[in-house]
Amino acid sequence: MVTKSAKQEIGQRLLAAFREAGAAEIAPDILLDAATLLDLYGEDIRARAYVTTDPVRGEVVLRPDFTVPVVQTHMDGGAEPARYCYLGEVFRKQDHGDTRPAHPRDNEYLQAGFELFARDAEADAEIFALFHRLLQPYGLHAAMGDMDILLDAIRALPVSEARRAALLHHVWRPIRFARLLARFSAPVAPRDLADSGAPWTGLRTGPEMEARLATLAAEADLPPLSAEWTDRLTRLFAIDAPAPEALRQLRALAQDIPAIAEAVERLSSRLDQIAGRGIDPATIRFEASHGRESMEYYDGMSFAFTADRADWPPVASGGRYDALTAQLGAGRAIPAVGGIIRPGLLAELEASC
Amino acid sequence: MLKLGVPSKGRLMEDTFRWFSDRGIGLSRAGSDREYAGRVEGADLTLVLLSAGEIPRELASGRIDLGVTGSDLVREKLAGWRSDVRELALMGFGHADLVLAVPACWRDCENLDDFAAIARQFRGDHGFRLRIATKYHRLVRAFLAEHEVADYQLVDSQGATEGTVANLTAEAIADITSSGETLRANHLKILPDALIHPSQATLFASLKGDQAEIDRFIAGLHA
Repeated sequence: MVTKSAKQEIGQRLLAAFREAGAAEIAPDILLDAATLLDLYGEDIRARAYVTTDPVRGEVVLRPDFTVPVVQTHMDGGAEPARYCYLGEVFRKQDHGDTRPAHPRDNEYLQAGFELFARDAEADAEIFALFHRLLQPYGLHAAMGDMDILLDAIRALPVSEARRAALLHHVWRPIRFARLLARFSAPVAPRDLADSGAPWTGLRTGPEMEARLATLAAEADLPPLSAEWTDRLTRLFAIDAPAPEALRQLRALAQDIPAIAEAVERLSSRLDQIAGRGIDPATIRFEASHGRESMEYYDGMSFAFTADRADWPPVASGGRYDALTAQLGAGRAIPAVGGIIRPGLLAELEASC
Repeated sequence: MLKLGVPSKGRLMEDTFRWFSDRGIGLSRAGSDREYAGRVEGADLTLVLLSAGEIPRELASGRIDLGVTGSDLVREKLAGWRSDVRELALMGFGHADLVLAVPACWRDCENLDDFAAIARQFRGDHGFRLRIATKYHRLVRAFLAEHEVADYQLVDSQGATEGTVANLTAEAIADITSSGETLRANHLKILPDALIHPSQATLFASLKGDQAEIDRFIAGLHA
């Protein structure tokens, strides 16, 4: 059994390393206003976060994540470029479905994090290399993804604006995305959407429904997405190889999907920058779909470091979240990239070797 | 001696008494209608009358060994219910479906895919997530997560849920229905591919009880 103080100690060590890397330490509140988080993450976060009510503030949550409060702090008056670090608990409910596992995941655990707000082409490499260096002694597996490439590929699909928007919106939900893609790849089946005669009820308005009916009617004239394009997308999403090999595959695919070429070259220079910081890119696994399975707010590079332990969550994870700062910044946006390490898991790894 | 918890009133209690009587065990209320104690004939059993909603918790804690309640209530109220109780018998009454219902006037909404598309459109038009009123938070959320429906939020409704749409406090509801009558009266329609849970009265055993004794009791019921 690893003690809390052992975990704290590792957390403090990481925090010191983050400060040395130029970050200013900040300490966001533990009680956060629920509305922002709920609007951002929806029911996923309500299922995971401890929501409670305050007689004055209304619904509040026990901090499920540092990213949002850190972004808010920065947007409230941070100068750029800015590097922040933090160490503290996050709280997550663990609802395992029908059967509870013998070793349920922790409900509260430490996160040590580093966030970088900067218009700097090397920011991704800086974060990744920093995490890589700190985690080197633990023999973890590094994985990387890049939502930018996927999003550019979807933007390039020869489909209507409405269909493109739907695909972009649901790219983080593989089942829904696959259903949409299958529907768009088949001829449109005529639908008989008869008036039910029921009186209008509810907040959604008649004109809103008419707008959607018009979108559906317009679909009838659309040609199905060709199998060629679905195949390209499937091939892209399936890329999973050591980074230099993945890069070769991506460049080959860029012959068919020229719209991803630019993002692929950005990945290439990121890997060069990472190599320049002393890390062999061949030791990084590039999984094109990596970002689809992590937080919805990652819209560029995403990464994770995992241990060889069954049922363990990643020991560290992070990524780029430019769109999130735009959403929280009320019109202002700042390129942002960051990540967290779980000191508790490092403590367990240290205790077992 | 095993302790059996049965819903303390109404149709569910009467049907439960009849189900056990068909299997050779006489259950009845002791004394007046206001008393929550029970009498048992034909088995070595203690009968306690409880609110159906409390039975899942009593089973999980092991304060009762056997209990009759809706399968929906056990799944909703006990996170990881299979770690607390086991299903002994589906009793064939108390049928009610947990369904997702939307305004009947939404003629562009015939299935869950439409619903997902409408939720996304609604969020864009109104600046907040489409609201679903329910008291079955865990079941509804798990169902919609499994089908990867996003852009919605749950709002709590402990009663008169069908009225929330007309009152503009929700755009859709998820609730238990047997005939669909109340839904129709409130100008709502069921999404046919969004049956969240088909519920019925079920005899459960607590995993904290003496399992051998419970098995003997079940084997002793007249088929």
